[in-house]
Parts: sequence; structure tokens; C-alpha cells
Amino acid sequence: MNFEFSEEQELLREQARGFLTEHCPPAAVRAVLDGDADYDPALWQKIVEMGWTATVIPEEFGGLGLSYLELVVIAEELGRAVAPVPFSSSVYLATEALIACGSQEQKDKWLPLLAAGEAIGTFALSEGNGRPSVKSLTTRMDQAGLNGRKLPVADGRAADFAIVVGASDAGDGASWYLVELDQDGVNREAVRTLDFSRGHAVIEFNNAKAELLGGEGAGWSATERLLDRAAVLFAWEQVGLADAAMIQARDYAMGRYAFGRAIASYQAIKHKLANMYVKNTLARSNCYYGAWALNTDSAELPLAAATARVGAIKAAVFAAEENVQTHGGMGFTWEFDCQFYYRRAKLLGVNVGSEGYWQDRLITAYEQNNAA
Amino acid sequence: MDFNDTQEEAAFRAEAAAWLKANVPTPDELAGLDDIAAAKLWQKRKYDAGWACIRWEKQYGGREATAIEQVIWNQEEAKFNTPGGVFVIGQGMAAPTLMTWGKPEHHERFLPKLASGEEIWCQLFSEPAGGSDLAALRTKAERDGDDWVINGQKIWTSGAHYSDYGILVVRTDPNVAKHKGLSYFFLDMKSPGVEIKPIKQLTGGANFNEVYFTDVRIPDSQRLGEVGQGWQVALTTLMNERAAIGGGGAGVNVDVAYRIASEVMIDDKPAIEDSAVRAKLADWYVQESGLRFTGYRSMTAMSRGEIPGPENSIGKLVGAPKTQEMASFCMDLLEMSGAIWDEKLSTEAGLLQLTYMGAPGGRIAGGTDEIMANIIAERVLGMPQEPRMDKGMAFSEVPTGSN
Repeated sequence: MNFEFSEEQELLREQARGFLTEHCPPAAVRAVLDGDADYDPALWQKIVEMGWTATVIPEEFGGLGLSYLELVVIAEELGRAVAPVPFSSSVYLATEALIACGSQEQKDKWLPLLAAGEAIGTFALSEGNGRPSVKSLTTRMDQAGLNGRKLPVADGRAADFAIVVGASDAGDGASWYLVELDQDGVNREAVRTLDFSRGHAVIEFNNAKAELLGGEGAGWSATERLLDRAAVLFAWEQVGLADAAMIQARDYAMGRYAFGRAIASYQAIKHKLANMYVKNTLARSNCYYGAWALNTDSAELPLAAATARVGAIKAAVFAAEENVQTHGGMGFTWEFDCQFYYRRAKLLGVNVGSEGYWQDRLITAYEQNNAA
Repeated sequence: MDFNDTQEEAAFRAEAAAWLKANVPTPDELAGLDDIAAAKLWQKRKYDAGWACIRWEKQYGGREATAIEQVIWNQEEAKFNTPGGVFVIGQGMAAPTLMTWGKPEHHERFLPKLASGEEIWCQLFSEPAGGSDLAALRTKAERDGDDWVINGQKIWTSGAHYSDYGILVVRTDPNVAKHKGLSYFFLDMKSPGVEIKPIKQLTGGANFNEVYFTDVRIPDSQRLGEVGQGWQVALTTLMNERAAIGGGGAGVNVDVAYRIASEVMIDDKPAIEDSAVRAKLADWYVQESGLRFTGYRSMTAMSRGEIPGPENSIGKLVGAPKTQEMASFCMDLLEMSGAIWDEKLSTEAGLLQLTYMGAPGGRIAGGTDEIMANIIAERVLGMPQEPRMDKGMAFSEVPTGSN
């Protein structure tokens, strides 16, 4: 049995954690939270210099050609640091979409820019309330260009281009369009979400110039495949966050005294923390499974991804909520950092599909595996 | 990262699988034997071929296998429906304690017969006055020449009625603090003055017992550790208890629940199409899968020569309540019929009802849910113990309640 990261991957983790401790302290998260910027450009530039945006991009496109096991290690550390950067949009979604469906020409153009951090990409699926479905899509391409409205789009203002899911009369009912966002046919406005440390936008397309990415009418199945892959990577961020929130709660409970003793000695608090530990451990082990499936492009990926994602959503949200609770009144203040985890956990919990969506996907994948 | 055995592990697995395939008892061989006779037949066969207690020293019947080889053996044996269970306490708990605290003559006399299944052992720890607070036990031992004289009562003793020997913790000094006045012995369960009374459980079965001691004599040579060192010796046993009991998620699992949800209708549609049902099954799948892959990570640690720690407590802490919840949920799906336990009439031949009725035992035995959570908080997360009212107090001065 060899169900563990290698020594080199553990070294990468140490390096990533050290880097983020230095360059992404709570003050850096707070600066974006308090300010008007959509992200921390200085931190982003340093992340690019570390080569993290190039991790899985093949060497022929200017990437490092490393495996997904390296990428999940980085994802966990970014989650732990609650990093205010467009990494997930650009790396887990836009880069993955291009690698999966881009033409040679599209890859030649965009992957080197993504690897070098000279372009930021994002993925635009949601058009408002409710679970996105192929029938609910109103964004559409016609002779004059792409028309429609997407919201919220993570990093919609920071991004140079978006991969937009539009309706199609062909195939599975949807197509992907690659749209450069700095053009007359695109209007972007900031949207405030509950996580002030991550920029989001509403994007309107009015006869926007757009090019097909992947096949006409192949966009919905491509979306599901992309979400499976991204779910694993998001889950690793959530597991990192959950661990950080648990440690913050534990450390606070050890130092906070009530009725003459550390609140960490009360079983009500200990059992809360034990519960966090259990949820985090199950989620992490399922994330290992997801990472393995992603890295080997296993037929089990849909099941593994949903399993990792459901567990990670639960772990992160629970740890973030109960971390605030453990801190009592101080946890509810702007001054304390508990809010970082509380905001980010909920944002991560909905941004590539909610718990309910992934629970349903999990059982569907379970049924398909049993039928196979 | 992969799930593959190393070369040595694969070779060991192949050897174990081949031997099992050729030697697992056939239904014909087991016909007419009761559970204990069947278990003894299989254990003796393993012992004679060197496949019993494989981690033990060769001279006591083992093959000095590694921890990962033990896991591989367990996986391969679990592929067959083999008789067993009655040796868990003897081999998994009494034997490691004898190895750590016993004298060479104890090893030579008892370990081979533990490995061969010739002798069955039970554990006499819990008392009416001490379960989670085990050290509050009151059964007393008084020195009389070369013997100790035991008076008192133990409870929840699984298999006392068919055991040959028992491991026993007693109070040898009530005038010192709780943990300091204990001593540890083993005894012949046929000793005069030992009286065993079965306890009928809420399932209707009777697997465990009350054991009464009236002037039972145990030779001092059957003491493990020093007088007053019983708590430390007991900890050796308890550490191994968690390793021996393990996961505990058997019975009703996601596959069973899925099957029932596919057959049963809600509003004239299969229950499995209901989003609330799907959400529940997904959550339990996440737990089952999480435990499985946590197990793989522990196996990897063992494969690399590391020893798994108290973090393994999560198997029971997650598995036991999950089993209860799943059995309960599946019965709800059956609506009024969910109450039917009659094996001829009930779905899954009474499995749901048996599992539900047995589940409270799983959440209590070998450390309650609450104790397991304390272990994680204290030993994994490093949080402090609750202050203890009896700390430093002579045991005889410790307040007691009416239950």
C-alpha cells in the first residue's frame, strides 16, 4: 500500500506553507477584505514566480508538467492561508478547460500566458438563482456575437478571458465560448459576495466577440467533466481551510479561561473539536481518493470527486462555524480573523456546486459504477 | 500514490490467499458444530500451518510477521466466511498484556494455547461502579499467604461462560488514590467461588455476563506487574482493545440501504429518486469511503514501518452511530413494515431490526462515543483533561452515587 504523498511532494508542501506564512499572513487577507481590490496583485505575482500557475501545464506550453498530486498540495496550502488570489478560477477552471477542450491554436495562445501569469482566466456558468442546468441557459451565440448575462463570476473583473457556457441547439444543448473580456461587447460590474476577500462580477455580453472552445453542442458534458476535476481541487482548498479553522479554535480554547479553567478542558468544547477532527480526517482521506482518481484519470473520478467534495464542504463549513462559536463574542467581531474562514468556507461551499448538487452527483455516479 | 502492494507484500498476499483457498473449512466440515467448536477447528488448522497470530514469535505459534502483513492476512481471510470471534479478547488483549508484563513461564504455558485456540480468555474489568471511569472499580483482593482472596463483582464480561481464563483488575489498597491502589491478575475461570450469570440484552440475546467472586483464591504467581501497578498493566490491555475491536461498520451499509431505497416507493416512485433520500445515502457513502481511505493511509504508515496512533479511534466513533442511523433510516423507508422483525416477513431477513437493536451496544462497548471523543481531543489534539473531583483523594473517601 502506497496511499500517501511522496517525500518530494511533502517538501513542496513545506515550501508552500513557508511561502504563504511569509507572504500571505492574516494582514494580507484583511487588506483585501477591507479594501476595494478584487485580489492581492503582489501576492499573485509572487505565486506566479513560484511557478504554481504552471504546475500541471505541459512543458510544451511553457508549464512545469507536474502531476495533480503537486497541485493538490498547493491547493491545500492556499486554502489554509485563505489566500485572496484568483488561483482557483484561473488554474482549476480556465486552465483545466483549455487543456481538456482547447484547439492546438487556443492552447498555443493561452496556456503559456496562463503558466506565466500574464493572463488570468475564469469560468462563467451561473446565470442567477438555482442549480445551473442545460435548459436554464439563456446566454447564446448568434450571428452578431454572444449575448447574455452571467452572475456571479468569480474573478470576473480580474480575468482577461472567460470560458462561457452558452445554450446550443446542437448535441447536448450547450457550447463553450472563449471570450476576451476587455472588449466593447462585454460589460463587467463588481458584485459583493459574502467573502469580501474574493472579487466577483456580473458580466453582460452584448454581441460580444467569442470563439467556440471544444465542439458545438459538447459544452454540457464538458462542463460536468470540468466540474468533476475542479471539485477535487476545490475540496483540497476546503480541507486546508478546515484544518486551519480547527487549529485556531483549539489554540483559542487552550488560552481562554472561564470558571477558573481553560475552556479546552470542558467536554462540550473537546467534543466539538473532536467532531471537527473526525470530519476533517474523513474529508482528507476522501480527498486522497479524489487526488488519485484525478491524477490517474480514473473511470472512478465522478464518484471520487463527489465524495471528496461533499465531505470537504461539510468539514470546512462545520469547522468555520464552530470556530466562531468556540471564540464566543470575540469570534463575531470584525477584529478577529475567524471571519476569514467563515466567509471563505461558505463561498467555497457553493462556487462549483452546492452540497446538495454533489450529493446527487455522488449517488448518480454510484449507480453508474454499479451498472458498469 | 497508488493502492498497490510492494513486491514483498504482493508475495505475502499470494501465499496467504493460496493457503486460505486450500484450507478454509467447507460447510460439510462445520456441519453440526456449535460456534465455539467451529471456531476452534479453524483456529487449530491455522495454528498447525503457522497462520495463527502471525505477528507473534515463532516459538509461541506465530511467524513474526509485520503489521502490514497482519492487515493483508486479515483482508484475505475476510474474503471467506470463516468461524471466529471468540479468540479476540484472548489473542488481541490478554496475550499482548502477558507478553509485556508476564514471566517467561507464563509465555510458555499460555501463549501457544492462546494461538491454537485451545484456551479461550475473557476480560474482567468493568464493574457496576466503574465503566468509563474504570479505575473506580471496587472488587477487592486481600493477601493471604501465597494467595490473594478476591471478593466482589464484575459486569459486561463477554464470553465468561465459555472462557478458560480471565484477566482481572482488582483493588488491593482502598486507602491510596484511585489509580494507585489497583493490581492485575489472571485466573482460572473454573476456580471455586466464581459464579457467572448471563445478562439478557435488549436484543434478547445474552453474550455477556455478571461474574461474582466469593473468596476466590488466586496464587500470587498469577499477578502481572507489581502490587499497585494494576492501572499501568490495564492500559496495555486497553491500548490493544482499540486495535482489536477496530471499525465496527458492518451490518447495514450503503449497499443495503441503496437496495432498499430502490425497491421501496415514496409517492409511487422509487425512494431512491427522492432528493432527501439521495442526500442521506451520499453522506453515509462519504463516511464509509472516508473510513476506508483512512484505513489505507494507516496501512501505508504501517507499510513504511510506522505505528498507527490514537487517531484510529475514529473508526468506532464514526462507524457505530452511523450503523444505528442507517438501520433506523432504512426502517423508516419501509414505513409500518419497518417494525417487523420476523425473519420470514421482513426485508433483509431481520437484518435492519437486529442491527438497530444491537447498535446501542456498539456505541458503548470498548469506550463510549463520549470517551472516544475525549481520546481524540486529549491525545490527538492535545487538549487538557476535565478536572477530577477525586484527584489525589484516597479511594475510600471518594463520593459515590446511588446508580
